[in-house]
Amino acid sequence: MSNFFDKSDLNRNEAETIVSDTLKKCDDGELYLENSKSESILLDDNKIKKSSYNSDLGFGFRAVSGEIVAYSHSNEISKNSLKQSSENLKSTLKSAKGNYDYSIPKSNKKYYTNINPIEEKTLNSKIEILNKVNEYLRKKDNNVKQVTANFSGEQKSVEIIRSGGETLTDVRPLVRFNVSVMLEKNGRKESGVYGIGGRQSYDDYLTNDNWKNVCDEAFRIASVNLDSKPAPAGEMKVVLGPGWPAILIHEAIGHGLEGDFNRKKTSAFHNLMGQKVASEGVTIIDDGTLDNRRGSLTIDDEGTPTEKTVLIENGILKNFMQDRLNARLMKTRSTGSGRRENYRHIVLPRMRNTMMLSGKQTQDEMIKSVDRGIFAVSFGGGQVDITSGKFVFNCTEAYEIINGKIGSPIKGATLIGDGPSILKEVSMVGNDMMLDPGIGTCGKAGQGVPVGVAQPSILINKMTVGGTNL
Amino acid sequence: MVKDQEYLEKKASYCLDLAKKLGATDISVNVGNSISETVNFRNKNLDESNRSDNLGIDITTFIGKKKSSISSSNLLEDNLNILIKKCIETTKNTPEDEFNSLPDKDLLAQEVKDFNLYDDTHLENDSKAEYLTRLEAAASNDKKIVNTESSFVENKSNFILANSDGFCKGFKSSSFVAYSVAVAKDDKSMERDYEYTHKCHLNDIKNAEELGKKAAEYTLRKLSPKKIGSEKISIIFDKRIAKGILSTFASAISASAISRGTSFLKDKINQKIFSDTVNIFDKPDIFKGQGSRSFDSEGVRTDTLKLVEQGVLKNYLIDTYNGRKLNLKSNGRCGGTSNLYFENGKISYKDLINSNPKCLYITETIGHGSNIVTGDYSVGATGFLIENGEFKHPINEITIAGNFKDMFQNLTLANDLEFEYSTNSPTMMIEGMVVAGK
Repeated sequence: MSNFFDKSDLNRNEAETIVSDTLKKCDDGELYLENSKSESILLDDNKIKKSSYNSDLGFGFRAVSGEIVAYSHSNEISKNSLKQSSENLKSTLKSAKGNYDYSIPKSNKKYYTNINPIEEKTLNSKIEILNKVNEYLRKKDNNVKQVTANFSGEQKSVEIIRSGGETLTDVRPLVRFNVSVMLEKNGRKESGVYGIGGRQSYDDYLTNDNWKNVCDEAFRIASVNLDSKPAPAGEMKVVLGPGWPAILIHEAIGHGLEGDFNRKKTSAFHNLMGQKVASEGVTIIDDGTLDNRRGSLTIDDEGTPTEKTVLIENGILKNFMQDRLNARLMKTRSTGSGRRENYRHIVLPRMRNTMMLSGKQTQDEMIKSVDRGIFAVSFGGGQVDITSGKFVFNCTEAYEIINGKIGSPIKGATLIGDGPSILKEVSMVGNDMMLDPGIGTCGKAGQGVPVGVAQPSILINKMTVGGTNL
Repeated sequence: MVKDQEYLEKKASYCLDLAKKLGATDISVNVGNSISETVNFRNKNLDESNRSDNLGIDITTFIGKKKSSISSSNLLEDNLNILIKKCIETTKNTPEDEFNSLPDKDLLAQEVKDFNLYDDTHLENDSKAEYLTRLEAAASNDKKIVNTESSFVENKSNFILANSDGFCKGFKSSSFVAYSVAVAKDDKSMERDYEYTHKCHLNDIKNAEELGKKAAEYTLRKLSPKKIGSEKISIIFDKRIAKGILSTFASAISASAISRGTSFLKDKINQKIFSDTVNIFDKPDIFKGQGSRSFDSEGVRTDTLKLVEQGVLKNYLIDTYNGRKLNLKSNGRCGGTSNLYFENGKISYKDLINSNPKCLYITETIGHGSNIVTGDYSVGATGFLIENGEFKHPINEITIAGNFKDMFQNLTLANDLEFEYSTNSPTMMIEGMVVAGK
């Protein structure tokens, strides 16, 4: 745990006094202190290309009155700096009238342990694994022309000081191990990427030479793509595999269910609460409480304990994801979804681990039911236009389906659909729900936060596939 | 006030001295400070104010051919001492790489030219709010506009780049950015569009009314879009999308992608990759240019580069490390391009629009569908159907796809280039792309 006032001319009591004084006429706000340490070790092109370490320290001071947010942040934790921030906030909220709501629910549950993954493993042992990865992949096949592998690890300590001196703290570990491989055969190049990670130590992911599984998977995806043919263009049926393809749910549905877009009525879902927005059998939750998962949080960045929030239950829209500001303005409660990338940013309602729960059908049944369509197994990134509801994502591994059978692999193509209607096009929900391997980062308003996704196989009746083959 | 040169130089030289004392053979330090103030409005009212004061230091230490780096936002000496010690330890334990080194001394910039990139004017938040009030009034004139958001950002930055070969230079820069977003609604649809302005000098930004009006206009014309069928068709890219295609080209000719063999433009130097009429420049000495600079992020002097001449690829974007691997000298492009642009084409915007009986005009793309390894391109798109030079109706929920190798050969540019941002393109047409719709 960091002591933020150790090396400062500011002591905790003085900080608490400034916070209480600044926020006394406000509806909400807090002083958020953060100390993060992170490392990145990268092997590329047969060499250790990068070994870097970052230490970041700073505070963000927020005051909220009505709908207005005033924010100020700095790297210098000092009396001067905090007072200047306080002046900035007061000058924005000159006529602030508010009632400070002190209550933050309490919970003793923790969803990860207080470790520093960077220090738990020596630099040399990390370099050794990266070199083994390189050697293993290059020996595996003559077509391997490029290997990139990296470790990144982080420990982030946060402290939230609220008006009246209430203090909440959290220490969050996060690691990721990633392998990317490029193959070249007959002048054609294709790449494959795979990674794993979460809120534990590196060793929890790398026991029993588990790194070989990561290499094999990246290699397999690249090999499949070497034999791929141009993707079809036009509307057709799409079967999504389990696990990571749930970023479709994240983009198509998740963002549209975040509180801010609905309070501002810019989301296509803002007037659909209690209504049927998905086929029967579709249940979607957003869960911050899964042990050691990438999107899990013990408390959110406003101090609210996270929870399992039911968004859509058997097709019916049940809840939005809320931070304190949007919850207050929409007269509901925070769902523990208030997050920020770091102290430089304001809190926004964000997803944690977004999951579609299992149904009863099998993947086989889905494939067999399709005359012409595609089977999408893995994706790169996605994006959504909240207002029009249109969303896209890029296939990184996909196959054509012809007459109920899986055919040739197809080149990476973008799929596009309409968020509010896509879940009504889900005609089968599989019994094989799977979590993603722990690699997702969600971007919103210039802020990236780690997230997780999960889903079973699903069959979508109609989506547009953006290939080149007419 | 943003930290001055003297403060930054003192921090940099402290780090250089300490790292040297602890055993580094070569060192590079970048220390910077930026202060920005933002005011956001929503539906004609103040929504958010944000002041950010960012300090940062990056230190790279070399011991012979071993290299490691650290970065921090905490510039207190206690912390720097710990970090530099850690950096030296890590360097010792990192394997050698024969290509690691500081840049050649004779390539380092000798002077910092004044491109007039800094405007000392400070606009009080009340004045920013006054600008946004006028902007939002202009944006919400039409009843179909149901939501407006806008933002004004003032930023001042300063930095010093220093290395153990005696390089120690930096410069101040400023930016003023205003952004207007409108949401419009009718029976059938809800749409959003935007307009923005970004300049080094306050006096050069667009006026508030013009910005708000444009955002509203762009949004309203998108209402009630239709989906179209799948077909092969010519696509016209609005300037704001066309410049993204130019950026993708730049990442495909970076020395890093070339030396790693992960670019579809590898081994294409001196070959014709674009249609004959295409010329591409990267020009670092434009007065008030947002990408203007005297040196790159390693201190290497940056001169004008002709990247593509009459369709032929003439230069890569080269940094020191990847240059050594390719046996080429750095051309001052560590960290990317400066002011990158397509030279004007020979045909007017109007003639371009009229050149096909039927084509699509794309104003926005979504998704990350550019693959620089294979050159494959596939993204979601919104825009308009053009028939006989006339905008017929808005379209959405389609994708456009092709491969850059073909797209570059089939590319025609209009003559409407403007220097608004650091990467600029005239309106662009690419023939023979595939649109997937119904």
